[in-house]
This record gives sequence, structure tokens and C-alpha cells, in this order.
Amino acid sequence: MTTLEAAADAARDNLAALESEAIHIFREVAGEFDRPVILFSGGKDSTLLLHLAIKAFWPAPVPFPLLHVDTGHNFDEVIAFRDHVVEKYGLRLVVASVQDYIDDGRLAERADGTRNPLQTQPLLDAIADNKFDAVFGGGRRDEERARAKERIFSLRSAFGQWDPRRQRPELWNLYNGRHRPGEHVRVFPLSNFTEADVWNYIAREQVALPSIYYAHQRKVYERDGMWLTEGPWGGPREDEEVHELTVRYRTVGDGSCTGAVESTAATVEEVIAEVQASRLTERGATRADDRMSEAAMEDRKREGYF
Amino acid sequence: MSSLLRLATAGSVDDGKSTLVGRLLYDTKSVLADQLDAVERASVDKGMSTPDLSLLVDGLRSEREQGITIDVAYRYFATPNRSFVLADTPGHVQYTRNTVTGASTAQLGVLLVDARNGVVEQTRRHAAVLAMLGVPRLVLAVNKVDLIDYDEAAFTVIAKEFAAHATSLGYAEGTVLAIPVSALQGDNVAAKSENTPWYSGPTLLEHLEEVPVAPDPHEAPFRMPVQYVIRPRTPEHPDYRGYAGQIAAGTIRPGDEVVVLPQGLKSTVESVDTADGSLTEAGTGKSVTVVLTDDLDIARGDVIAAADNAPKVTDECTAALCWLSTKQLEPGARVLVKQGTRTVQAMVEELNARFDEQTLSIVDAPDKLELNEIGNVSLRLAEQLPVDDYTVSPRTGAFIVIDPKDGDTLAAGLVGHRFSQLKGVTEPEGA
Repeated sequence: MTTLEAAADAARDNLAALESEAIHIFREVAGEFDRPVILFSGGKDSTLLLHLAIKAFWPAPVPFPLLHVDTGHNFDEVIAFRDHVVEKYGLRLVVASVQDYIDDGRLAERADGTRNPLQTQPLLDAIADNKFDAVFGGGRRDEERARAKERIFSLRSAFGQWDPRRQRPELWNLYNGRHRPGEHVRVFPLSNFTEADVWNYIAREQVALPSIYYAHQRKVYERDGMWLTEGPWGGPREDEEVHELTVRYRTVGDGSCTGAVESTAATVEEVIAEVQASRLTERGATRADDRMSEAAMEDRKREGYF
Repeated sequence: MSSLLRLATAGSVDDGKSTLVGRLLYDTKSVLADQLDAVERASVDKGMSTPDLSLLVDGLRSEREQGITIDVAYRYFATPNRSFVLADTPGHVQYTRNTVTGASTAQLGVLLVDARNGVVEQTRRHAAVLAMLGVPRLVLAVNKVDLIDYDEAAFTVIAKEFAAHATSLGYAEGTVLAIPVSALQGDNVAAKSENTPWYSGPTLLEHLEEVPVAPDPHEAPFRMPVQYVIRPRTPEHPDYRGYAGQIAAGTIRPGDEVVVLPQGLKSTVESVDTADGSLTEAGTGKSVTVVLTDDLDIARGDVIAAADNAPKVTDECTAALCWLSTKQLEPGARVLVKQGTRTVQAMVEELNARFDEQTLSIVDAPDKLELNEIGNVSLRLAEQLPVDDYTVSPRTGAFIVIDPKDGDTLAAGLVGHRFSQLKGVTEPEGA
């Protein structure tokens, strides 16, 4: 066997193990919880999450609805993709709208216009109103340092809060989903995937993604070292020059703080090659919200963020 | 050669474990530019002249403030031939329970010692826990050899002392390796050090890449706890009924004779299904949906097992417990036991023994078990359960103990485990 073949074999084994682990997690939740829900934004991690859920229960339909926390700062392509997926698989979609909260005064727009931090309250309210007891998220431990300490079953208090000191030891594949009324459990089936694994798995399974993950022409302007795009969240200030570039997105979040990267990677194989060569993590490259402070993610997790 | 190695690291405070893990990530180029920038900025802020690699892995603010690791963190790195999942477990004494967590799935344990201090209490405790959980291989990373002037004699003393301890825990020769390293300077982590010409063994990374991973127990008898019954009742699949689960041990093929426990119902495997099609064979770790030829009443919690080699079904057992909670255990306690996919009520009838991992001795009939203590108990279960001995089939011999009042995980349990299985442990008369 050549080195290349050995490396290809190794990668295949690894993806098969990750898939089986994720499927096991979905089935545990289906067996032990009353009202699970999958957080679904139309982004690549949540699309992968849904793909694995479909595989876990085949040939039966996925026994959970989807929940989208909609910041109102969306990419049209992503919303169209979300609606297409919901219809294709006959799923129920619950939308928690940040815009509604701003319109009726329950939340105030931030000075910087960023809405990612505003998602927490609508998310927690949607969980409480629908009595969801298990909430699947697409979080991965390789994303960020505070995430590296996350359990696969992560207990949240009645206030939706994450207390790193109250997390339960998680042994073997014996997950403990016990919770008191009003508490819920966040569940992360992709915990052990890395960004490279996600893309390799998307390629292997031919998972369809919103078009903005692949190279396209877009008018962008530079702010805080990132390429932002025009949208309902506002556009370039007077001193910010607009360029038309070939870009793609590595993550999809709130449009006001999700940056594009210059890229000509138009296929999943080209994206994989680019990810392998990249010297920046996907969050560092494209998410202003995570760069706010050293402990940005830790603080938001404590408050009840994804 | 397996492509995925799961390893756990453990060490005492200040042994430099975070730095070692940071070094592994750094030297395998698993650290990207923005992460490194952040670390360099923070290192300068702290007045340091070189990047503090431990900052790559100390995730929580309270950890950075106190300079200690509080919680198990999972790290990912890869070389062309192997991917690594590293469970980085804290050394702080009150967080030893996390070592159990990190080690429960590990195929190799890396124990760290400070070359200036050698093998200390924590090292012996961690090694005993890893031995008990059946982690098949150990590495002793003798860190900070730069601070003992790369002294071969001092290293040899530490390596020998540890080897003797590991042998007494049942580790055979060839399953334990000591490596002189400096995580800070990079000696023998990924690159061979010129400062230790007397050391001819592999670097830590070479060893991780090449170490044989214990083979999956494909030869073991088949076991699959049923997680969920798949019944689509759709026009395309009106009568489909499949039992979804992850294979805990062994291999399954269509035509295999199986028994469903605890009921004891016999049947034959009709097909082994996945969303990608039916399989001719599936082995340990694979998530599948099993269809049987007979229409049986099977639910979540049942176990499908090889008909000719099934686990015993019982409502009482003895087990080792690693106690993970600040609430102490006393005889007569009522708890929940989750084993496989079934959670049952149980009573701890007796505390038979407590294992003192410092002296490798056994204390008879203790009054209680406290946080971080390891004991042997007799359990009575409210229902009949199919159980294997942990040493024979870890995934069906493992369980967790849950507090029925607040849902906390109290202990890790190993069915049938006796401390005398650790060689060198002497049980008192009559035990």
C-alpha cells in the first residue's frame, strides 16, 4: 500500500467512526427525551446534523422538528435552502425571530448592529415555549477553546445557562440525559468532527449546501479585517470602499458580522484543498463576534448561547 | 494499523501538561495562525518572551487566571497516517474524576511527571485508574528534562520506578514506555533531541503514530443494546420493524442466530441495515439497524446477543465503582444504574472493599466511599439485566451510577471487576 492509499484508508475509517458515533447520539436522544429539536440555520454544520439524523432513523422519517433562530440578517440563498430542505423531508420548522423581539422592544439593536449576541433570548424562549427538552446543535470541539470542554450531553439550567463546574462526567458512550423540569440538555453529535472531517464527510456523502459556501462574485467592503457584504443590516460606511471579489463563506451566521473569504474554490474538492492549506481557523477568519474578547465564546455559552 | 488513536493525558499540577499538549498541536501544525497570534499576544501581555503554548489549551477564563486546567478538554490533531483524539484531563487533585472520564474511551494513557520530582502520589493514582479502566498502554513523559540538565541517571531512576509500579498494576513489558521530554523546548516531543544522545527510543509523536492499537474485539461474542425501534409505517415501508443500535462487541451477519435479553427470545438476523443499504457484515462500533426473522416484542433497553455466547442475566452483581461525586456513598443507598441502553433502580447492598491506589492495598468493608475513591460494591437491581464482566466486554460491562434525586452522575461502574485482577494487589484473608 502506498502512503497515499494508507492515508485515504485512514481518512475513510475515521469518517465511518464519526458517523456511527453521531448516529448513536441521535438515537439515544430519541429514546430518552420527550421533545427534542434540531437547531437548523441552513449552515453547513446544521445541514450535516440533519443529514446524520436522516441516516439515523432511515427508513423512518426524522422524529424531531427543526428550530431556526432567525437574526433577520440572513443571506437569501440560505433561507431559500432552509425552506427547500424543510419541504423536501416533510419536516416541521419552528422559527424564533430576533426581528420580532426588536420590533416589540424586548430586545434593543446593538450599537455595532451585530445580532449574533441577540439570539440567546429568542432561543431560550422558544425552548421554554415549546417545552423542548433536548436541543441538538452543530457545535464542534475543535472550533474554539471553550467548546473543547463541552460535553456531548450538556446540561442547561432553567435559565438556559451553562455552568462548566456542573457538567457531568461523561463516560464511555453512556450519556446521562436526566434533567429537572424546565432544564434542558444541549446535544452535540458533531463534537468530535474537525472542520476537515466535516468537509470530507460532505464530499463523501454528497451533501447539498447553500451556494454561498462556494466561490461566487460578490460586492464586499472591508471592516475589522473582514470582507462584509451589503444587506438589510446596512452597508459600507463612507470611508469603506466597495470591491467586487470572488469570495465564499466558511461559516454562515448573522450577515452583519460574518465575513467572506477570497476564494476561487467552487467545488467541495476545491474547498477541501483550501481548508487543508488554510492558516486561519474558520471562526477566526470570519466571525467578528468571536473576536470581541479572549473569553467571548465562554461568556456567551454561560448565558445560554448555542 | 488503525487510523484513529484515542489517548488521554494525565499529570499533576505544574507538570507542564498543557504545554506538552500545546507542543503536540504546535508541532503537528494543528495550530492555525489566528490561534497562535492570540497566544502570542497573551504571552506578551503576561511579560513572557516566547509564546506560552499552554495558552493554546487552557480554555476557560478561570483556568487561565489560576493557571490550572479544570475540565477535560478534547483536542484533535493528525499526521498523514493517523488521527488523534486527545482527552486532556486535569491534574488538580479535586478534579481526578475527570481522569476517569477522559480515560474511559482511551487506548493509550500519557502520564506526565516533572523530572525534578519524579513519580508522585498523583502519578500512582492515575496509573491505577488507567489500569482499572483497562487502558491497554501507558507512556510516561518525563517532562522538564532540560531542568535536570538532561541527566540520564535521573531519568533512568524515574523510568524504573514507574515501570515497577506499572508492572504491579498488570502492565506487561512492552506496553509501557518512558520518554525524556521537554515540552517547553520541544525535546523528543515531535523532534528527536540532540540533548539526550543517551535516549535511543522514539519521540512521543513517533510512538503515538506507531503504537499498535489494541484490536477491536471483533472476535468477541456479539452484543448490541437496542436504542430505538424503527417503525416507519409509511406507504413505502408499511411493515418495516428494525432495532437500531451501535454494536458494543463482536460482529453480526444475516443468518446469525441471536437471543434477545433479558427475555431470552431466540431469533435469526434477517438483515443488517443502514441508510446506505444492507450490509453483509458489521463489527464493533458500527451503528446499524437489525431486522429479525421473527416478530418479537423488543424495546429500547433490550440486548441482542450471540445465541451461543450470551451474557448472564441477573439482578445482582458485584462491581468496582470509581466514585465521582462530592456526595458520599453509604451502604443501603438507592441509585439508578444506566448500563447499555437501560436505566434501572438499584440498591448498593454492601461496600465490600476500598482500593487504596497509593499502597495498592485493600481496605475491607469501609463505611463509605468518597469523591475520587475506588471501591467494590454488591448491587441489587430492580430488574434482570444482561451483564458481562468489564474485563471481558468493556462496553457491556460498564455502567454509570445516577442520583435519582437530581440526576447527577455519581460513579463509573465496572461489572465483576476485582482489584486482585491488578497483579501485585493482595486481598486480605477471606475477601
